[in-house]
Amino acid sequence: MARRTRFVDSDILIVGGGFGGCGAAYESRYWGRDLKIVLVEKANVERSGAVAQGLSAINCYMGMQWGENQPEDFVKYARGDLMGLVREDLVYDIARHVDSTVHKFEEWGLPILKNANGRYMREGKWQIMIHGESYKPLAAEAARKSATEVYNRIMVTHLLMDQKRPNRIAGAVGFNVRNGDFYVFRAKAVIVGAGGGSHIYRPRAVGEGMGRTWYAPWSTASAYGLIIPTGATMTQMENKIVLTRFKDGYGPVGAWFLLLKAVATNAAGEFYEKDRYPEIKERVGHYVDIVPMPTCLRNHAMLEEIKAGKGPIYMHTQKVLDTREKEEIGWEDFLDMTIGQAVVWAAQNIDPKEKPSELITSEPYIMGSHATCSGAWASGPEDCAPAEYQWGYNRMTTVEGLFGAGDTIGGSAHKFSAGSFTEGRLAAKAAVRYVMDRKEESPEVDDDHVESLKQAVFKPLETYRVGRNEIVAGTVAPGYINPLQGLQRLEKIMDEYVGGVGMFYVTSENLLNRGLEHLAMLQEDFEKIGAEDLHQLQRAWELQHRILTGESVARHTLYRKETRWPGYYYRGDYPKLDDNEWHCFTGSEYDPRSREWKMSKLPVHRIVPGFELLRT
Amino acid sequence: MPTYTDMTRCDGCGDCVDICPSDIMHIDPVYRRSYNIEPNFCWECYSCVKACQQHAIDVRGYADFAPLGHKVRVLREPEKGSISWKIRYRDGRIKEFTFPIRTTPWGSIKAAQDYEKPDLSALGSPLLAHEPEDLHVGALPTIKKA
Repeated sequence: MARRTRFVDSDILIVGGGFGGCGAAYESRYWGRDLKIVLVEKANVERSGAVAQGLSAINCYMGMQWGENQPEDFVKYARGDLMGLVREDLVYDIARHVDSTVHKFEEWGLPILKNANGRYMREGKWQIMIHGESYKPLAAEAARKSATEVYNRIMVTHLLMDQKRPNRIAGAVGFNVRNGDFYVFRAKAVIVGAGGGSHIYRPRAVGEGMGRTWYAPWSTASAYGLIIPTGATMTQMENKIVLTRFKDGYGPVGAWFLLLKAVATNAAGEFYEKDRYPEIKERVGHYVDIVPMPTCLRNHAMLEEIKAGKGPIYMHTQKVLDTREKEEIGWEDFLDMTIGQAVVWAAQNIDPKEKPSELITSEPYIMGSHATCSGAWASGPEDCAPAEYQWGYNRMTTVEGLFGAGDTIGGSAHKFSAGSFTEGRLAAKAAVRYVMDRKEESPEVDDDHVESLKQAVFKPLETYRVGRNEIVAGTVAPGYINPLQGLQRLEKIMDEYVGGVGMFYVTSENLLNRGLEHLAMLQEDFEKIGAEDLHQLQRAWELQHRILTGESVARHTLYRKETRWPGYYYRGDYPKLDDNEWHCFTGSEYDPRSREWKMSKLPVHRIVPGFELLRT
Repeated sequence: MPTYTDMTRCDGCGDCVDICPSDIMHIDPVYRRSYNIEPNFCWECYSCVKACQQHAIDVRGYADFAPLGHKVRVLREPEKGSISWKIRYRDGRIKEFTFPIRTTPWGSIKAAQDYEKPDLSALGSPLLAHEPEDLHVGALPTIKKA
């Protein structure tokens, strides 16, 4: 079948219209007035990305204007929470700029809750409360007005490299999920602001409720699935995140713990966290004394409690909702960002004023924007990045002209919404400079390569069209599997071999090696994915991004021979934290031709003094 | 299901198809009305529910863990800058809440190009657009290289 190919040329191409991409669109226009800036999104920027539903808090705000926190304090917090392993230059850079982003959001019309003294109402030390139902439409309005062109409903499947310079980005390809047109985006610089990964691991709810993962089901690990095949260095892909959340609805706990001061206990009403202190200290030494206690260790305490049969674990909401104002805060916390939890309360007759609610730990996710830091290894800010972290342009990956923001950039945790928008701005300013520094340079794409990608992109439709003739009806065919069947195989492999909930997050060298054998066959079977229509074709390419990410996660988990973050995952064969060998970042480079992974240790440099290692 | 469309209210306009972040609200070719083609990829984000001018879309909680009989209904009024919720419990109790969503008129955000063109010699500085003013402190903090 003849398919139209549409060519779109630009100076800066932004892939993904979430908070990172919206920040990039705004800032690249500010500096690059005459540049052509194109934003591509697989859904609709008005409600896309992880913040599509809204948010009830901004989790990264310094409050420098009131002397509340300084960027150095935030570096100490983020590195403590991740047991020492963050790129301090990147974290510092987000922290020092994020206040100006938040002030812009308020100017644009975001309602921020305030105290009587006029300061933003704090949820916790770093968090402020917002009425954030329309947080994403606000960011989208700014981005739409600033970009030259916005393409909605284009699923970007691959990045394109320059045909003469193998390590130089040249654009991206994808398809329109409504009409099936093939798109070739040629660009002088590319900023990837795509999402991290839900549904890499089997979720706890596997029926209809599989959609109620904590992280959006449309966050399909495209940030990594797009970048890994370019050969860019990736880092900390083993640093998966597991969240303590309200059970089943996955409602957030931050406002309850920090603002409303609710407490969690086991079923007998015991404060299990302090009871488990000696055992945790045995594992991770003085790291248990970091204030606040690292998130993974708090997960660990809860997990041990659940394993001992002392659950359900309860959040005692009923003890803190003593005023209408507090009740409204509690409900809005869910209605702004996790409406499904309000549905659970209504369905299960739970009035939080009267009854406690169960807590649970989620399935793992792969992210670079929330409390963990998987992603691409990136160049840092010139004025404060150590030499080994600096190779030209801020937030540029190890591929020339390929930048990232949000979930894309590794080593830099605790960005959340405002930090991801800020990182989009940082990447965009650097990308404008990159393009301006190379006015004469125009990357070239290989037409034959583009044609072969076009064949590959639409192949699942053809596989289905041919294969379905072998069967009467239904979803069982000898010649193909559908995207959901492929996804469920991926989730099962990751759950059982790479430390999912079914294994209480435990894995080992033998499990990982066997899991990699299964993943290799899944990758082979991807060649036989059948897609019934364009919607399934989108699901097929989302699956491809997830499979590549899953393999990367397994490789990095295998490489790091320690248990750095108990509560996120455990190497059963290396149960302790080992600063002598593993106080480092893990790195990988993937060669798509040989399908080989080159693993390495990447250095940790401190720019804020005062971190003590565990000497054993 | 999580979302489902009321047969008598839907007029087939496609606003839900246009907004759904998961691409799961599609128009049924026979009935010319929308429906959720893939409930297990629905996040219950309510983007379609809020966008539907006919109030034709509702949510029935995930069958895995949500007993029947509940309703979480919403009315988003952008022109008023507010959103209202009505929650009906399985046992019939009702709770109602209204929250603000925006403090400025829709469409009022000033685009990046509407600001004075910056001096491009500042491209090499660490300052972003509107900094240092927007930081509300005198200068952008920096730190000595290790």
